[in-house]
Amino acid sequence: MLTISNLHARIEEKEILRGINLEIKPGEVHAIMGPNGSGKSTLASVLAGREDYEVTEGSVTFNGKDLLDLAPEKRAAEGIFLAFQYPVEIPGVTTINFLKTALNEIRKYNGQEPLDAAQFLKRMKEKAKLVKIDDALLKRSLNEGFSGGEKKRNEIFQMAMLEPTLGLLDETDSGLDIDALRIVAEGVNQLRDEKRSFVVVTHYQRLLDYIVPDFVHVLYKGRIVKSGTKELALELEEKGYDWIKNEVDALEVA
Amino acid sequence: MSSIENKDGANLKAELIADFQTSQAVLNGKSALPVHQLRSEAMKSFDKLGFPTIRHEEWKYSNVSNLVKQTFDFHTKTDFNQTDLEKIPLPHLTGNVLYFINGVYNAELSQIATPESKLQVLPFSVALAQQPELIEGYFGKYANYETDAFTALNTALSNDGVVVKVADNKVVEEPIILRFIADARTANVGSQPRNLIVVGQNSQVKIAEAYRTVGDEAAFVNTVTEIIVGESAMVDYYKVQNESDKSYHIGTTQVYQKGRSYFYAATATLNGGFVRNNLNVVLDGEHIESHLYGLYVPNGKQHVDNHTLVDHQKPNCESNELYKGILMDKSTGVFNGKIFVREDAQKTNAYQNCRNVVTSDEATMNTKPQLEIWADDVKCSHGTTTGQLNDEAIFYMQSRGIPKKEAIRLQLLAFAQDVVTQIKIDSIREYIEELILEKLEAAR
Ligand SMILES: Nc1ncnc2c1ncn2[C@@H]1O[C@H](COP(=O)(O)OP(=O)(O)OP(=O)(O)O)[C@@H](O)[C@H]1O
Ligand SMILES: [Mg+2]
Repeated sequence: MLTISNLHARIEEKEILRGINLEIKPGEVHAIMGPNGSGKSTLASVLAGREDYEVTEGSVTFNGKDLLDLAPEKRAAEGIFLAFQYPVEIPGVTTINFLKTALNEIRKYNGQEPLDAAQFLKRMKEKAKLVKIDDALLKRSLNEGFSGGEKKRNEIFQMAMLEPTLGLLDETDSGLDIDALRIVAEGVNQLRDEKRSFVVVTHYQRLLDYIVPDFVHVLYKGRIVKSGTKELALELEEKGYDWIKNEVDALEVA
Repeated sequence: MSSIENKDGANLKAELIADFQTSQAVLNGKSALPVHQLRSEAMKSFDKLGFPTIRHEEWKYSNVSNLVKQTFDFHTKTDFNQTDLEKIPLPHLTGNVLYFINGVYNAELSQIATPESKLQVLPFSVALAQQPELIEGYFGKYANYETDAFTALNTALSNDGVVVKVADNKVVEEPIILRFIADARTANVGSQPRNLIVVGQNSQVKIAEAYRTVGDEAAFVNTVTEIIVGESAMVDYYKVQNESDKSYHIGTTQVYQKGRSYFYAATATLNGGFVRNNLNVVLDGEHIESHLYGLYVPNGKQHVDNHTLVDHQKPNCESNELYKGILMDKSTGVFNGKIFVREDAQKTNAYQNCRNVVTSDEATMNTKPQLEIWADDVKCSHGTTTGQLNDEAIFYMQSRGIPKKEAIRLQLLAFAQDVVTQIKIDSIREYIEELILEKLEAAR
């Protein structure tokens, strides 16, 4: 479904992604871990189409299409969803109106009729239940004055509404207490099926106890330096990143 | 003051002075009446002041030299009629709707809906000619013709507009909508509307002034409105400007509030080549509230200048001001907000905020808050921001499937919302929203 080959990206002369290779098949969950500043959010942003980053080399294909060629909104319409590490506050636009616009734009792109008010409301009620998000919250301006946890939950709620085929979750677990974490993870798990894939960026093993990944990758200095299965996450939890850093840095010097 | 007088304006000034002399000649012995005495005074004042230049502190960013170089016909005959009206938006407004074409009242197009027991509405020209005693106590008593050249000019030469009197203890349900249409289809036209609005105690009314140009020639509108808000009265006042790129609009709204009264103003400048709005509010009583909102969305090379003055003279009052601008292309904007808190005005709460979004590198906004506080027990705050579109927010929306253009539109509309929603006449508010949308779309 998604093939990333030799992806290089930079921002303001600074090379951040330095040759990423990754293959994601339908239904798979890939966890991406790695120290601060290693490029995890950058990778997610580049996939979602943030313009600040310049791709200098490599390619990304998504369901056979050249992803890098598409505007962010087209990528969304093609089925990519990024749950932001830092969701943005948008004063004056309610979550409901925002999502209605978004959903119907995506439907339009895919040649579907827009949902009418009743259909939309029904869907909203259903999905809100999924992540236990309060109706009152959805009537407020998008993310404005939301607590950290509410923002993260709202991201997953939006994902549930838009039903993407590839969900990129950038540290959706950070800032969540254990109950909220469980709710968010359950929300994700309910969306899991054989056609839908996820990339889960996280620093913590605890999320992966709930959302069990098929693969775990370690990103360091803009490259995937180690890949494994869920046991790798446990090992990282135990030993930290130093041993990997040392391995890589030793190679670089050599 | 001669050093800050605009010499370029010699022609227009001479033309206006001659105009005044002609108007005096047809007064038929009425020139001794107090109203006409005052007009003479005002003309002298204008003669002395002349048109301001950018060396004048209040006109630093608004240069009228292009205006005063031109000449305008203040007496153009116009045949603007119902057929013409049908061609412009909102031809069928309901309520008390008064039309002024090139500043002159048009009875045929106008309609009065509210019974006279509640509301007295008559053209200024009629009041001036037949019932000067109606306006004597108010006319020129509030808007300052001694320091402001344009107000002086209007006071001396205005020939029409409206006189509105709301009786005591009345709720006027139907809005009063004053539509000023500059018919510039055949020549450069000038008009100087003058409005006097007197609201009795404990009464409520909504008033809108709407300005529009038709035709491609230049138009100069110099307008003055005086509003007296009686004790415990509540007045909503909207000024909606949708004038042409070749129009010059200079307007002063002078408000005088008595105790326990409420005044809500919203000024929406949707279009206009050169716009200067002065909104001055005097709070002369206790427990008064004044709310001033403004929105401007200039594009191209348009210039919009809002000057406000909130003058707290008595204790225990509150004023609240929010002006918002979206500046596109090479447009320029000015916001100058003065707040005076006089020695007597203890326990004043006065807030002012001016926020702007600039969508192009070539657009500029000048803001100047001016707080002068002589009382010691007050709460005052002011703030101005001028920023770009929020790229993070735009990317966020795009990442949810919303096209960039739509994302920008949503963001700017949301930005304008808290001013637009202040306008409580539905037809006008919806029209404003539509116009903003159109303008935002055209800009991208
Ligand atoms: N807009 C920017 N301008 C300059 N440098 C940037 C910018 N955005 C990111 N970087 C740099 O790129 C590098 C990678 O950042 P990125 O946010 O992708 O890391 P991360 O792996 O997500 O880290 P964290 O675990 O802290 O979220 C960092 O060194 C960061 O400082
Ligand atoms: Mg990150």
